[in-house]
Parts: sequence; C-alpha cells; structure tokens
Amino acid sequence: MANHRTTQPLRDLETAAGNGLLHRRAFLTGGAAFAAAVTGYTLSDTAAAQQLSDAPWSKVRGAAIQEYGTPSSFEKQVMRTLSNPRGEPRTQHGRTPHHLLNGTFTPNGLHFVISHSGNPDIDPNQHRLVIHGMVRRPLVFTLDALGRYPMVSRMAFVECGGNSAPLFSNQPVQADVQAIHGLVSCAEWTGVMLSTLLDEAGLDPKATWLIAEGADSLALSRSIPITKALDDAMIALYQNGERLMPGNGYPMRLLLPGWEGNMQVKWLRRIKLVDAPAMSFYEARTYAPILPDGKAYQFYFLQEVKSFITHPSPGLKLSGPGLYEISGVAYSANGRIARVMVTADGGRSWAQAALQEPVQAKAFTRFRVPWRWDGGPVTLQSRAWDEGGNVQPTRAEIVARRGQTKAPVTNPAAFTSQHYNGPTSWGVEANGEVKHVYA
Amino acid sequence: MSTRKSVRRCGGAAVRRCVFTVAVVVFGSSLVMAQGLGTPITEAEIAAWDISVMPDGRGLPAGSGTPEQGSKVFAAKCALCHGPEAKGGTNAALVGGAPLTNGIDTPKTIANFWPYATTLFDFTRRAMPWQQPRTLSDDEVYAVTAYILALNKIIGPNDMMNAQTLPKVRMPNRDGFVVRFPERMP
Repeated sequence: MANHRTTQPLRDLETAAGNGLLHRRAFLTGGAAFAAAVTGYTLSDTAAAQQLSDAPWSKVRGAAIQEYGTPSSFEKQVMRTLSNPRGEPRTQHGRTPHHLLNGTFTPNGLHFVISHSGNPDIDPNQHRLVIHGMVRRPLVFTLDALGRYPMVSRMAFVECGGNSAPLFSNQPVQADVQAIHGLVSCAEWTGVMLSTLLDEAGLDPKATWLIAEGADSLALSRSIPITKALDDAMIALYQNGERLMPGNGYPMRLLLPGWEGNMQVKWLRRIKLVDAPAMSFYEARTYAPILPDGKAYQFYFLQEVKSFITHPSPGLKLSGPGLYEISGVAYSANGRIARVMVTADGGRSWAQAALQEPVQAKAFTRFRVPWRWDGGPVTLQSRAWDEGGNVQPTRAEIVARRGQTKAPVTNPAAFTSQHYNGPTSWGVEANGEVKHVYA
Repeated sequence: MSTRKSVRRCGGAAVRRCVFTVAVVVFGSSLVMAQGLGTPITEAEIAAWDISVMPDGRGLPAGSGTPEQGSKVFAAKCALCHGPEAKGGTNAALVGGAPLTNGIDTPKTIANFWPYATTLFDFTRRAMPWQQPRTLSDDEVYAVTAYILALNKIIGPNDMMNAQTLPKVRMPNRDGFVVRFPERMP
C-alpha cells in the first residue's frame, strides 16, 4: 500500500521508548518525509492507489451554500451518541466523538450535553437573571443588559463528574473513547465575569456560598463557594463565538472553569448569596462518590488532571505496520498541562509527548507522539502532569483509594462512581484493531 | 441616581460611555457601590423563584403534612414512576437501601445516603412530579416528605412535618461524608 513507503532519513529517527515510540523531535526534523510516511487511522480499509481522473463532482456545478452550514454529507458518522434519544422522563446524555475530532475545541453541535429534564426552549427576551440574598442591593438582569458589560473570552473544558465512570469496572468495559470519555468537551466561552455582577450587587462580607439555579423544569440548583465565584466564574453568553447551544444553557450559563460540569448551572436564572451550602439533591446525593469503606466524598468540585489517547482508539483501525501519530487530549482543573508521557509497552518505558501550543489553563491540550508500529501487539497509555505538580494516579492507586466494582460493568453508560482520573489503556492487536484493556 | 435611569441612558450612542463607567468601577475601589446595568428588585418580587431550602430549615415555607396525608398524594401523583408504596417503578425506589459497604456502586437511597431531610423537601418541591414540577402545594410537599421518611422508619407514622420539625430529623447517614478538598471550602 502507498501508505507504507519508508524513506531513507526516517530510518534514523530517534527512539524514545519501547515498542517504537519516537522522539517528539521527529515532528520537526522529519518534515515532509515524515508526513509522507505517516499512516492514517481508518474507519475501514483504505483503497489502493489508482489512475487519477476527474470525479463526477468536479465536472458539475456545486451545491448552493447554506445559511447555517452543516458538515459534509460524508461526515454523517461524526455524531454524539445518545443515551435517551426519545426523551423519556429520565436524564439524557449526548457524548462527544473524540476519536472523530482533532485539535483542542469541540464543535458546538458535538459538545457533550447532559439534560436531566430536557432542554428548555427559552425566549431570551423574557429570560431574567436575579442576584439576591446576602447582597446590599438585589438586582435583575436582562440578556441585553449583560451584553453591555465588558466581555471576557477564554477556553475552558467542561466535564461531567461522572465522565470516565466505566473505568471503575473491575474488568475493562469493551467500549470506545466516546462511550468512556464522551462527557468532556472544550470550547471558547465569552461572557461577563461573575465578580463584576457581584460587585455591583454589593456582596455582604459574611456571604461564603452562592446557590445557582437554572430555568429548566428541575430548577436544578448547586451550591458554589464564593471563592470560586470571585476567582474565575463567568456568566457565559457565547460558545465558540455563537450564542450558547440550547443543551449547553442558552441563553446563559454559569461557567466555573475546571470544576464539575453539573455545578456550571445551565439556563441560569438565579444566584442567591448565602452563608452555607444548600445541600441540594445533586451535591448531597448524586455527585458524592461512595468510598470502599462505605463513607462518601462530598464537595469534590475539581475535575482533576486527566488525559486519554484519541488516536488510535477503538473503532480506528491501524492499516499495517508503519509510522503513526499517537494523539490525545489532556486537561486539569489545577491549571496548565505541564507534561504528558506516553507508553507503548504497558508502562515499562515512556516517551514525552509534544504539546500543541498555546497550552492554556483549564482547557484541552492536544498531545502528540510519533510512533513506528512494527505490527505486534502493544498497549498504549498516556499520563499527564499539571503545572501544580499533580499527576494522574495509576489505575492501581485509584482502585486502592476509590475502589472498583465487584462484578464487571456491562453497560458503558452506567455511572458506577464519579471522578475517575486514572489512565486509559488501549490494546493494539496484530490485525490493527484497538481494544480497551487494563495495564 | 437610579439604575433604571442609567439603563435608559445606556441606549444608543451612550452605550460605550456607560460600559466604560462600569469598567472603571469594577477595577476601581470596591468600597464604591458599582453603577451598573442591573435593575434593583425586591426580595418580595423574587419570592416565587426563591425556593431554596437550607439544611437548618431556612427557606422552608409555612404549612405541614403527615405521613397519612402523604400516602394519598403519593398514590395519586408519585406512584406512577416510583411504584406503589415507593418500592420503585420506571424510576427509583424511595424506600430501603443496601449498606454502602456493599460496594462503590451501591444504589444511593434516601435511607442509606441522604444526609439531610431538607433536601427531600427541596427537591420534591422544585422538581416533582417530573412531568408537572412545582404543581404541589407546600402542604402536599410536607405530606409526601413525611410519608417517605415514615416509610423508611426515619420518623414515626404519625409525625407531622413542618418548618420546625423537618430540619430536626436526623438522617441515618448524616455523618457518612468526607470533604474531598477541605482547602477549597469557604
């Protein structure tokens, strides 16, 4: 196959770790020869080279442009997976297809969504945001009023506290990266800093928490420490440049960069300043993971440092021995990603990944490692460090501290626990297929 | 100078100056009351939205209900999803629960997990019934809360729940929690 040609200079690429992991310098020094030699991952087997000729679409006038663009008709498989497609009276989840995306931000139509009672159809002109409680002057804001404040834009990942829950199974769940890690996404958010509005309302110094509440039918509410509210909390009005998607909180949501997704209340309509947490349903019950001794963690707040490999991953087949680019995403609530290491031999040796610049705090960082696959079975895994010195625990460390299920999990959409930030391992088999394994 | 006036002044060509004023105040002294674009509103005007209930009972409304009253409300408005006598249906059982030491994936229930009884009132009032949230009267919410607590033998079969009694209910798993990051707590 044409993909598997190897040119002379590439024989000398510096090896960084076992089973063919190459030094990240290869991206710079290999140049076009490296690019030409890299093998792509395929959803199905690629066709052999053939005599070129004009394709039918090159000989007719093309389609009219759309008022709001949609992806090519050949990209129909790039979709979220839905846990409750008919909107039955229970929570709905839409998971991001990380293995079919690249780069660092998630397109709005593919951003993960969890709606506990469906997405409300909010008229932005009638929506109101109230700030009250322990303030000198309760205030109400229209969307139009919020739009006149000084705006801030920032990249931020949003992750459900239950993302990666299948990894608490005592046996590896046979599922792809979308099923396992599809409840995290990353976008550029634009809006008004919450501290600006709290300052205007006149914060009572004795206020230590706020209760945020949505305009959905659940009136979902969460308690948030005032320290986070005054640090980097935002009332987000725009998502990747356009108004928020309905599933992500249109017309406004609370953005708490790096913190548990459920706390970043969507369809935000009310902020009440208080002096204690409300112990709402979702903080008192749902996002409080049970520990092996029968106690439970409370007020977890942070989405700790995590990484996972998206390319290759289950569903993306390797089409034969040769050069590949391993890539994935890393992120942390504790700031910028400092380092990502990748192993191809189940953890015996590690190569440092190249990090895509700019590396931004509390946002996806794309990492990449060049790799020469010799066609044998290998086990891939990534491990990330953040600038605070936090590192992803090993799976053994997570199991020791947090436990695992006693029986294998059969439903990848089940939430056996929350806040897993250990590694994910992919087993590449000799036929090029990728399976979820533990290593 | 009222904020209503300043909102009106912020129309048209004055927008830029108005935003500038906000920015100066934000980055200036925090002792000065910021002059912004929020419209003053009274707590009385917010009352219909202010449904937050605190664990110590603050926010609980007037009204009351008993387990017996609650059993009728439950049968009519809750059993469709939660099953007869709250034993579970298309949605979760609200009675019973295994010990949490059974495993990290033990189903969390009111009896084995919830630390505060006020959460039951708050969530029922704000979110239930699923298809018709915020249609129960406060008396009905107290009654359903009393019924579920009595089914779980957390209160007696004749105990009335109201703003004084509900916060005093001691939930079985009240002390079953560990704060994950104490340094992040206010």
